[in-house]
Amino acid sequence: MSAPGGPSPRRPAFAPLAEETRAAMRRLMARYPNPRSALMSMLYLVQAEHGCVSEAGIEEVAGMLDLTKAEVASVATFYTMLKREPLGRYLVSVCTQPPCALAGAGSLRRALEEELGVGFGQTTPDGAITLEEVECVCVCDGAPAVQVNYESYEHLTPEAAVELVRKLRSGGAVPPPVHGSVPVPREAIHRELAGLGGHDPDRGGGES
Amino acid sequence: MKAAQTRVLTARWGDRGSHTIAASLASGGYEALRKALATPPAAVTEMVKVAGLRGRGGAGFPTGVKWGFIKRDEPPTYLVCNADEGEPGTFKDRELMERDPHQLIEGMVIASWAIGAAESYVYCRGEFAFAARRVERAISEAYERGTLGRNIFGSGFDHDVILHRGAGAYICGEETALLESLEGRRGQPRVRPPFPAQEGLYARPTVINNVETISCVPHIVANGPEWFRKFGTEKSPGTKIFSVSGDVERPGNYEVPFGTPARVLIEELAGGITGGRKLKAYTPGGASSTPVFGASKLDVNMDWESVQAAGSLLGTGAMMVFADDACVVRAMERFMRFYARESCGKCTPCREGTYWLAQIMRRLEAGQGRDEDLDLMMDVQANIGGRSFCALGDFATAPVISVAKEFVDEARLHIRNKGCPFER
Repeated sequence: MSAPGGPSPRRPAFAPLAEETRAAMRRLMARYPNPRSALMSMLYLVQAEHGCVSEAGIEEVAGMLDLTKAEVASVATFYTMLKREPLGRYLVSVCTQPPCALAGAGSLRRALEEELGVGFGQTTPDGAITLEEVECVCVCDGAPAVQVNYESYEHLTPEAAVELVRKLRSGGAVPPPVHGSVPVPREAIHRELAGLGGHDPDRGGGES
Repeated sequence: MKAAQTRVLTARWGDRGSHTIAASLASGGYEALRKALATPPAAVTEMVKVAGLRGRGGAGFPTGVKWGFIKRDEPPTYLVCNADEGEPGTFKDRELMERDPHQLIEGMVIASWAIGAAESYVYCRGEFAFAARRVERAISEAYERGTLGRNIFGSGFDHDVILHRGAGAYICGEETALLESLEGRRGQPRVRPPFPAQEGLYARPTVINNVETISCVPHIVANGPEWFRKFGTEKSPGTKIFSVSGDVERPGNYEVPFGTPARVLIEELAGGITGGRKLKAYTPGGASSTPVFGASKLDVNMDWESVQAAGSLLGTGAMMVFADDACVVRAMERFMRFYARESCGKCTPCREGTYWLAQIMRRLEAGQGRDEDLDLMMDVQANIGGRSFCALGDFATAPVISVAKEFVDEARLHIRNKGCPFER
């Protein structure tokens, strides 16, 4: 048990957000008639910088929006893409809904768990990959589907999935998905999710 | 006989670079907007009413009626495009945004003209990184070409579209939960009244329309409501994109007139069941259809009224197909777990009921079910349906009804067998 008010062993302390992050947050707040609409985007920026929605980030965002920490935390804990534990460099999300399950999502899951040595909701010790189960990502025509930092890979065999995470882990080049772009690491995708400009929509696969 | 699609909303999908404004303009894109801006707003709303356009997000509410509720002369009003597609088995809105985002933007500006909105929002599901990127780029192209921004086509009408990404929550597809989320809150549904048309986004009059619904609008304006009514049925006019998935040879999105028999979609367009197996079941409208259909319902016409008459719901038109060696109990158990996870927690019957139903269905699938579990599940679901603020609670009863009524023999087999008799 940690001392009251002290850092919890599972929630490491983080440095204050960079000034440029706070400036980006102010720009996002100005986008809306009510600055609170930028809250989720601001939490994505915290995640880009800290790897998760940290206590420190919640406190700073609350201060900027003139909300209580509890109000911000209530939002941070509601949405599945906002994480309270640090994410790996790549988040690998396996859909297990019926269309994917019928097409072999179960064996995909087992192959990935065996290769990575972690289960759903866990991160490899080297911090490279977080594995999770996801609800239908609406790529049922490409079942079984796996998302890597929200880029959808379709019709994956267990062998292809293992090959993909090996490359991601070793920092090697991965092929683009049929529809989408080569996944970018944690910080870049969360800046994009915050609404700070994406990478080239035509890069990688991106067929019409 | 080989069935063909009727391509209206998906007409550009085969074109090279169909997502670019160049491709859109080359095939008549934004001509409907030009026409709409030269037409009085009330007349545009009237066109959509006469066309009989109904919401494609699952509820089927008449779109023109929704627009007509807005008091246009009391700005600001808002249009919000619901792009939070998440109904299991559905993938039409994602592909509409990826392949033809300008069709959507054009529809949004026309709708905004009709309701007097100077600003509109696309609330895009967070997990749709690629679709959001395509929409984002399309928005900036539209500003460059002047189909968005100040004084569009010299009409004096100004309009801005803002892309907003969600953060992972199925419930935000419910329109008032979506508004809460867009205002930076937990996505929990609001009490109605007031309805969004009176107090919606930032407590201002707001219309929320689904991606596919808005994508129909340019075609209605360009070709007229009578043309639109040539497709589909009296009560379900137009075409519909059905997402066919599961045990079929060619899973995909297929656009056909409303009223097309399910058999045509599954056996002809999607190529039939894989591996020469037979059909056991299909969902007519995603996980939220009540209940799933068995093989005897293969000739149901896919329109709002026919699917309802046959005892289920058209929903989003997501047809998940199960072959005869697939386990319906397992699939329904997965749906139930989905509802338990996605229940926002606001209403006790839904929050607690889905949790317990997921437990019971899990033990049933695992072969540890008891005979009385079927009655118990029916009792629990009866205490969720109609007792929650939003439709998620009602939808969460669908898997139970499917198992305890339509596929009760299969459920009993699990109990007698003390295990799941199926491989998949």
